Amino acid sequence: MHMHKLEKIWLIFGLAALIVFLSTIGVSAFYLGNKPPSCLTTVDPEKVDQTAPFNKPGLHKVEGKDWDYELVFVAQAFAYTPTQVTVPLGAKVKVIATTKDVVHGLEVAGTNINMMLEPGYVSEYTTTFDKEGEYLIVCNEYCGTGHHLMSSKIEVKK
Amino acid sequence: MPSINSTIKVDSRDAKLSMAHFYVAFAALAIGGLMGLLQTLVRSGKFELPGGIGYYQVLTVHGVLLGLVLTTFFIMGFQHAAVSRTAGTHSDKARLTGWIGFWVMTLGTVMAAAMVLMNKATVLYTFYAPLQAHWIFYLGLTFVVVGSWIDGIAQIMTYAKWKKNNPGKPGPLLSFMAVINTVLWIICTIGVAAEVLFQLLPWSLGLIDRVDVLVSRTLFWYFGHPLVYFWLLPAYMAWYVVIPKVIGGKIFSDSLARLSFILFLLFSIPVGFHHQLTEPGIDPAWKFIQVILTFLVIIPSLMTAFAMFATFESAGRAKGAKGMFGWVKKLPWNDARFTVPFIGMAAFIPAGAGGIINASNQMDQVVHNTIWITGHFHLTLATSVVLTFFGISYWLIPHLTGRKLTKKMNKLALIQAWVWFIGMAFMSGSMHAEGLLGAPRRSAFSTYMGAKQAAEWIPYQIAQAVGGTILFIGIILILIIFINLAFFAPKGEEEFPVGEQAENAEATPMVLENWKLWIGISIVLILFAYTIPFIDMIQNAPIGSKGFKTW
Ligand code: HEM
Ligand SMILES: [Cu+2]
Ligand SMILES: [Cu+2]
Repeated sequence: MHMHKLEKIWLIFGLAALIVFLSTIGVSAFYLGNKPPSCLTTVDPEKVDQTAPFNKPGLHKVEGKDWDYELVFVAQAFAYTPTQVTVPLGAKVKVIATTKDVVHGLEVAGTNINMMLEPGYVSEYTTTFDKEGEYLIVCNEYCGTGHHLMSSKIEVKK
Repeated sequence: MPSINSTIKVDSRDAKLSMAHFYVAFAALAIGGLMGLLQTLVRSGKFELPGGIGYYQVLTVHGVLLGLVLTTFFIMGFQHAAVSRTAGTHSDKARLTGWIGFWVMTLGTVMAAAMVLMNKATVLYTFYAPLQAHWIFYLGLTFVVVGSWIDGIAQIMTYAKWKKNNPGKPGPLLSFMAVINTVLWIICTIGVAAEVLFQLLPWSLGLIDRVDVLVSRTLFWYFGHPLVYFWLLPAYMAWYVVIPKVIGGKIFSDSLARLSFILFLLFSIPVGFHHQLTEPGIDPAWKFIQVILTFLVIIPSLMTAFAMFATFESAGRAKGAKGMFGWVKKLPWNDARFTVPFIGMAAFIPAGAGGIINASNQMDQVVHNTIWITGHFHLTLATSVVLTFFGISYWLIPHLTGRKLTKKMNKLALIQAWVWFIGMAFMSGSMHAEGLLGAPRRSAFSTYMGAKQAAEWIPYQIAQAVGGTILFIGIILILIIFINLAFFAPKGEEEFPVGEQAENAEATPMVLENWKLWIGISIVLILFAYTIPFIDMIQNAPIGSKGFKTW
């Protein structure tokens, strides 16, 4: 099949850009650890309240782990527990969340915390809170009439 | 090697079949467009829906009518005409098959619409479990899909007839492309059909108690990404084959056009995980593999961009254009059949760049399920694709109804496209910006209990309402033109433009017509991308979910 010389150049340029681009994403994900939230742990969605760590939602200091705190959220239509939480500035926090009913989102606006909460699954993401301020948590997956009223708040303080 | 077309005009019986599809498509556009306006007004915070109508009910109507009904009906109507024009009139059997497909789809649409209007299916057009709609809604959607298969089979029958009568020759380009799109559609809708038939329908009927939510979402997105290529390929058919004729040029390369369609078939299906990047329960390595496959569609996309500009430039030069960019002036900017789709093409440049962002693991985490995404597909679908569909309508509808596009209507069509462009620049632009600040999609107006961040989002929502209002004017204009072309325009003959390849072009290699080969590779890629993650999902599955009605 004949291909125009300029088209060959164009496609080779495109392919090279593609390889650079995919390598960047790959190295960032698997070498630097910037993987999307993909936790494989499961939980019985009807027994969330009785199952650790979801029996104690909120912020907990932990010892001997790669992170300093665990921040546990339980979502249900149309609220998060806790409804507000304070995190010390600079803390490395593992956010752990699940839902008791339908699919919800957990997005901390202005940060990279953004994950889907699906019944039966635990979602996790580890991050460091290194900027002071108030962060709004919104549900970003449609979950019913009160979807736009579903929110929580993280306050990052010294 | 221009294929000889004996049929220059679409047979009037096939024209009726096409037109039936277009009536439904444009009715969907009218109602869906009104819903879109209402959404932007509600989200501005200055307006409330009357009579206790819910925002999410309106949004379900908008998504279902515009995302599923308008697109599927328009595409099937266009492809019937394209196949009939280039591969020959449908046989009576094929035409009857087409009509059965049309009525099954229409029945399904009515069933689904009735449930949405009765507020028994406010689950948005993605109907994610464990939100549980009325079973008639799911059955209606099944009929829409099955009807589209029957419609597609009619097109394949006519193509097969041409191939039988012309052994050893590559099928007419436009028909070949329509068949690729139909094959893509059949392979991908198997996923959503399985979701509905084995999970949602029996579950909503109470035959089974629980569904596996992750499996249902994976089946949905196995369908959901190729769905966007099913929308896009008919636009590419017009760009590759119709536009060259409209501008008085030649098809850049028949073989490369076919190759790029085959590549779209291969790379648009095994990639659904890029919609599930932030979901639990899927291994990140498999997500990354599907991200790589996703990015491979960049190759045929670049080929398409090259072919477009090569066609434009050589057509301009053939008309005596000089200098580096002299050919730009030679393009028929006053011809709506060219300029309207061209605006669509131009919108695809930022739209494609946005798509690359969405499909990248890390950047997706910033924009996932924010209103940025809505801004993105109002560029791809609601601008590039839809403006091309409008551009197609301006010659196809009068061609089918035996009328002419008058100068006045041509002018109105140009105005319509610019109105759309301006409205979309406001709406989509401010959606992108607001999304980067974190504002969620699929959300009615909310101050989030007076949160400071949410207050920063509101001005963007007002800009969206301005854009939405301008867009709605665009909807009114296109409806005026459609009604004119369908019922009132003066009788006459409007050409169905089909481009030809340059005389000195080489013969098209027959390997491009080796359906067993390409469908085989497509299936191998799908099995590669999905088998192991699927086994993992089922082996590690938590207890399933009962249905919820939270609206
Ligand atoms: C008058 C023109 C239009 C306006 C004002 C408009 C407005 C909107 C708005 C504001 C949303 C998002 C609402 C939200 O996320 O809360 C939306 C969603 C959507 N629009 Fe449009 N739109 C228009 C035309 C179109 C067209 C022509 C199409 C497709 C052909 C389309 C397809 C969609 C789809 C599929 C959704 C997603 C629904 C969902 O998330 O469930 N829109 N539109
Ligand atoms: Cu929600
Ligand atoms: Cu996609």
